[in-house]
Amino acid sequence: MTTSNDTQHRQDPVAGRRKATPPRAREGDGRAGTRDAGRKPTTTILVTAILAVVAIYFLVPVYWVVINATKSTEDLFGTSGFWFGESFQLWENIKAVLSANGGIFPRWAVNSVLYAGVGSVLATYFAVAAGYALAKYRFPGRRFVYVLVLGGVLVPGTAVALPLFFLFSSIGITNTYWSVLIPSLVSPFGLFLASIYASAAVPDELLEAGRIDGVGELGLFHRLALPQLTPAIVTIVLFQFVAIWNNYMLPLVMLADEKLYPITLGLDNWRAQTDRLPEFYQLTTGGALLSVIPLAILILVLQRFWRGGLTEGSIKG
Amino acid sequence: MRSRSAPWVLLAPFLVVFIGTMIVPIVMAIGYSFSSVERSGLLGEGGLTNSFAGFENYVKALSNANFVESIGRMVLFGIVQVTVMIVAATVLALLLETANAKWPGFFRATYFLPYGIPGVIATILWSFLYIPGLSPIVDVLGWVGLEIDFLGPNMVLWSIANIVTWTYTGYNMLIIIAQLKAIPGELYEAAKIDGASGFKVAMAIQLPLIRPALMLTIIFSIIGTLQLFAEPRLMQTMSAGITSEYTPNMSAYAFAFQYNDVGMAAAQAVIIAVSAFLLSAVALGISSWTEKRR
Repeated sequence: MTTSNDTQHRQDPVAGRRKATPPRAREGDGRAGTRDAGRKPTTTILVTAILAVVAIYFLVPVYWVVINATKSTEDLFGTSGFWFGESFQLWENIKAVLSANGGIFPRWAVNSVLYAGVGSVLATYFAVAAGYALAKYRFPGRRFVYVLVLGGVLVPGTAVALPLFFLFSSIGITNTYWSVLIPSLVSPFGLFLASIYASAAVPDELLEAGRIDGVGELGLFHRLALPQLTPAIVTIVLFQFVAIWNNYMLPLVMLADEKLYPITLGLDNWRAQTDRLPEFYQLTTGGALLSVIPLAILILVLQRFWRGGLTEGSIKG
Repeated sequence: MRSRSAPWVLLAPFLVVFIGTMIVPIVMAIGYSFSSVERSGLLGEGGLTNSFAGFENYVKALSNANFVESIGRMVLFGIVQVTVMIVAATVLALLLETANAKWPGFFRATYFLPYGIPGVIATILWSFLYIPGLSPIVDVLGWVGLEIDFLGPNMVLWSIANIVTWTYTGYNMLIIIAQLKAIPGELYEAAKIDGASGFKVAMAIQLPLIRPALMLTIIFSIIGTLQLFAEPRLMQTMSAGITSEYTPNMSAYAFAFQYNDVGMAAAQAVIIAVSAFLLSAVALGISSWTEKRR
């Protein structure tokens, strides 16, 4: 495992990425070859049928929320969940979602964007700077920092949430934006990814040349190294964004004020009221639709970046 | 500034936040777990008074029937759910990488889509699909004579497993696909010359070579299982089968915020963390042991 890692990392990953196209194309040719040679149409139909059935499974909840966000509360319970109801009131429902409780839903959306946006950008900057430092400098304490961060990665994040609450409550910042934002600024995964990437993509000669030209050490990082690290940076931002956006336990533990909630916590709040007030079913469904759509588009558009990053991640393991 | 201090300047922002939000809380948790803590004030804002309690909290935690039961539940859940999910992810990855699949790009994107949907929203959507009267799935099953109570006390664990599987199968599949793409083309050429069938290629070439990716996904899944919290907590109001100490994490949460027993909660959090650590180490150990025996 280690040997294959080393060979893979020694090549310039940027060049490796560019090189990655020919093998894929070659593989495509191979595919075409087998297709011409001995591909059985029955196998194709069978494989595609299996994949299609699995696709239906993955799409059912998304399909359900799209259909049922158009219904009135009576139709939601009175008509089949797999098809439209008698009345089509998608726009009324969305208006209700946006204006309920004095427009609390848009506020939750802004909070989510704020936590995930600011958190992921700062966390990535910190992680990349630290990963670059570990990859490009030999200094006493370097191994210790590695081991410390690795130990931190293996401890489940949720085991940290409770003591973190006591720590934050002792300095009086629970139930503020800071209480969710500050813990989101750490990405040990990002540090490892950045250090693997930096050791391959930032040549020592480049840094030496910069030093001879009189560029300061921070200048070397910001002006010479950062542009080389762009693919790793994109990956870390995306992973951290989704991780913060999806977080539930941290805001649950930290926040008491509904106005500071991210979407996840807010929707849970609405869902919890469905027991007493059936109209909250419709609000929750509409809210779920509104929060699923942007993320679904983001995932579909950015899928190719994820694959690049995941390759990096699997090499690490 | 010479290179002596430069690495520390670059490391400083990360280290400050990392130590402040991970190392200090972990040390605090270990400290709390060895003391009996009295909290005053509703949320502990009145301060804490500590006295050393030795292993008392650990003994209490491990002799607490509900906590031990929640660990057993997660072991059962993990054995079934992680196996099903990793097998499904591997099979889907192999099928998508064969020459026989049509529209692989579309299917890959579809399977990965749930990963972008927050666990809370996935749970809300699936739980609506579990509620009789609201769920079309329950209706359809009823027509063919199947009466399944997805929220029943015995069934609900597997209903949660379904949500977790739905969310993470595509993510794990992408990790495996990435590793499959790294297999050199010559190996396939050689297999083709030898006349190996697609099944043979999968068993003899692809599966052995994607082992690092499989290990990674299995370890992440085990850690994820031990951390299970959002899904069962959200479904608690819907199912009588879910107690407030249903999973180890829910138990730690309940002891900290409902029963005000910080020492016990900290001991449980430490036990969860150590278990995740040990399970990962054991999984890595087994992996490298079988590697050496080849």
